[in-house]
Amino acid sequence: MNGVALLEAARRDGRLALSAGGAWTAERAGELEGLIESVIVRHQRGAGADIDMARVERLDTFGAWLLERLVRGLAAAGGEARVVGLPEHYRGLVRQAGEANRLGPTPTRASPVAAALATVGRNVGEIGRDMTAMAAMLGALVAATGRAVLRPRTFRFTSMVNQIDRMGWRAVPIVLLITFLIGGILAQQGLFHFRQFGADLYVVDMIGILVLREVAVLMVAIMVAGRSGSSCTAELGAMTMREEIDALRTMGLDPVDVLVLPRVLALAVALPCLTFLGAIAALYGGGLMCWLYGGMSPEVFLGRLREAIDLNDFAVGLIKAPFMGLIIGVIAAVQGLAVEGSAESLGRKTTDSVVKSIFLVILLDGLLAMFFAAIGI
Amino acid sequence: MAASNIVVRVRGLEVGFDGAPVLAGLSLDVMRGEILGVVGASGAGKSVLMRTIIGLVPRRAGSIEVDGIDPAAAPQSTRRAVERRWGVLFQHGALFSSLTVRQNVQFPMRENLRLSRRLLDEIALAKLAMVGLPPDVCDKHPSELSGGMTKRVALARALALDPPIVFLDEPTSGLDPISAGDFDELIRTLQRTLGLTVFMVTHDLDSLHAVCDRIAVLGDGRVITEGSIETMLASEHPWVKSYFRGKRARLGARAA
Repeated sequence: MNGVALLEAARRDGRLALSAGGAWTAERAGELEGLIESVIVRHQRGAGADIDMARVERLDTFGAWLLERLVRGLAAAGGEARVVGLPEHYRGLVRQAGEANRLGPTPTRASPVAAALATVGRNVGEIGRDMTAMAAMLGALVAATGRAVLRPRTFRFTSMVNQIDRMGWRAVPIVLLITFLIGGILAQQGLFHFRQFGADLYVVDMIGILVLREVAVLMVAIMVAGRSGSSCTAELGAMTMREEIDALRTMGLDPVDVLVLPRVLALAVALPCLTFLGAIAALYGGGLMCWLYGGMSPEVFLGRLREAIDLNDFAVGLIKAPFMGLIIGVIAAVQGLAVEGSAESLGRKTTDSVVKSIFLVILLDGLLAMFFAAIGI
Repeated sequence: MAASNIVVRVRGLEVGFDGAPVLAGLSLDVMRGEILGVVGASGAGKSVLMRTIIGLVPRRAGSIEVDGIDPAAAPQSTRRAVERRWGVLFQHGALFSSLTVRQNVQFPMRENLRLSRRLLDEIALAKLAMVGLPPDVCDKHPSELSGGMTKRVALARALALDPPIVFLDEPTSGLDPISAGDFDELIRTLQRTLGLTVFMVTHDLDSLHAVCDRIAVLGDGRVITEGSIETMLASEHPWVKSYFRGKRARLGARAA
């Protein structure tokens, strides 16, 4: 930058004479560190050194610490180092720097293999703790339901209605749109492949059974987990971070009663409604596709649909919905209340909430499919 | 020469949030190397003044110059250079909650300087030692710290780049009187060692007595009166009188 060298080394009477100059400040600290290290490395063992600071124009904490490091480095190589010509107003700063980093380097981190193993161990432990927490939350919800039944006035009905509005009613447009498209896609794929066997009509069977039993409820559950489960976790998490949950507890209120139960019940109510609407939209989309793409008139579609499905198919889909809502709600609450102090933790728990609820929703769907097959409906 | 002794020059500043103005024609100077205490009733606009100077709140009228440069009117690169000349301690610390204490202090250095990892670690520890924290806090997260420690770490972060100007928003609020006294002393020591100019918004009478070279009292959107603590004690303005000579002021005055 300017002509004055930061550090110049010379040899005088068997002693190292270092002459400092320019600005020993944060901007030039990187450059200065290199100079200092090279001086220390080249320093002869046992020789003394004088560091002349008289020509230093500015000195800040960075410069003061690097001076201290130079002195320590030279001293470690044997022989003492003297600082001369330091301007009076920088003495306090250099003295403060002299008190820093006396305890030696901080412990180094463990080896990567051990760290990887530790991560695996922590994650396994995490799974166990998650399952316990979910069981505990389920138990707390049952207890809260019991309390609400015994004393209906304590149940937060308004809150539940508000949550139904947010999680159910406002999700209707997107649910209708997505399930409509899925129904159309299923029909198109079915028509395309079934046509080769001349089995066009069976597309209606496939759409009817698939939509009513599986697709509608799964799509709705996955969308609600992403849409409402995440917001529920973030809400509860932010409340945990800002000690609102603790405030509730100190007022003698159980956060499960006040916050979790209305949300879980709202989800359990909203999901069957959304599933019903989703199923209708998917059938409509399928029917439309059959008409426009497959040339199957709506009368034929409806007639075939009436033969292909019965009330059981409809009931199987709908029965699953409240359980899906329960799972989404429980996981969202568990993750939300487990948020710690940092913003990062809030983000991680929200992700966990969505990923885990989608996983468990699909797992539950599989288990229930096996159950319904076993009892023959 | 006298002009260059003014570090922050505020003239005719007007700030408002849809409706009533918070600051109406406020003028204030901050001199090089002083500790200026800004007091005023709650809602008088102390924090707003500070946030306007550092560019977080837009202004309606008036000028703000830091070392002769108006940051809001200057091109991006000049504004960056001015912003690097100050450190800010927010009221609640505003530490980055997902970073450790060490990373918090290193953050401004990493962004602005090109330093080796070793030097970053050493400087961070040196800064933490300067604000009176032991080295073992450096791997903690902000959520694990007490209120006083949070403020100290936030001060270390504000001082990370050795800025010549430091803005402190209620540095001693939420601390017990002993910690607050320690913190005042820390600010005094650091100001002397590093030659800082300090702009301090405060409610703490003890701080005003102990560390402030000059005090500015805000009211009705402007500076009612400014001067040393003696000037304040002699003032006949009703608010200033009740603030510095009221019931709560007695103890502070006696302790100082």
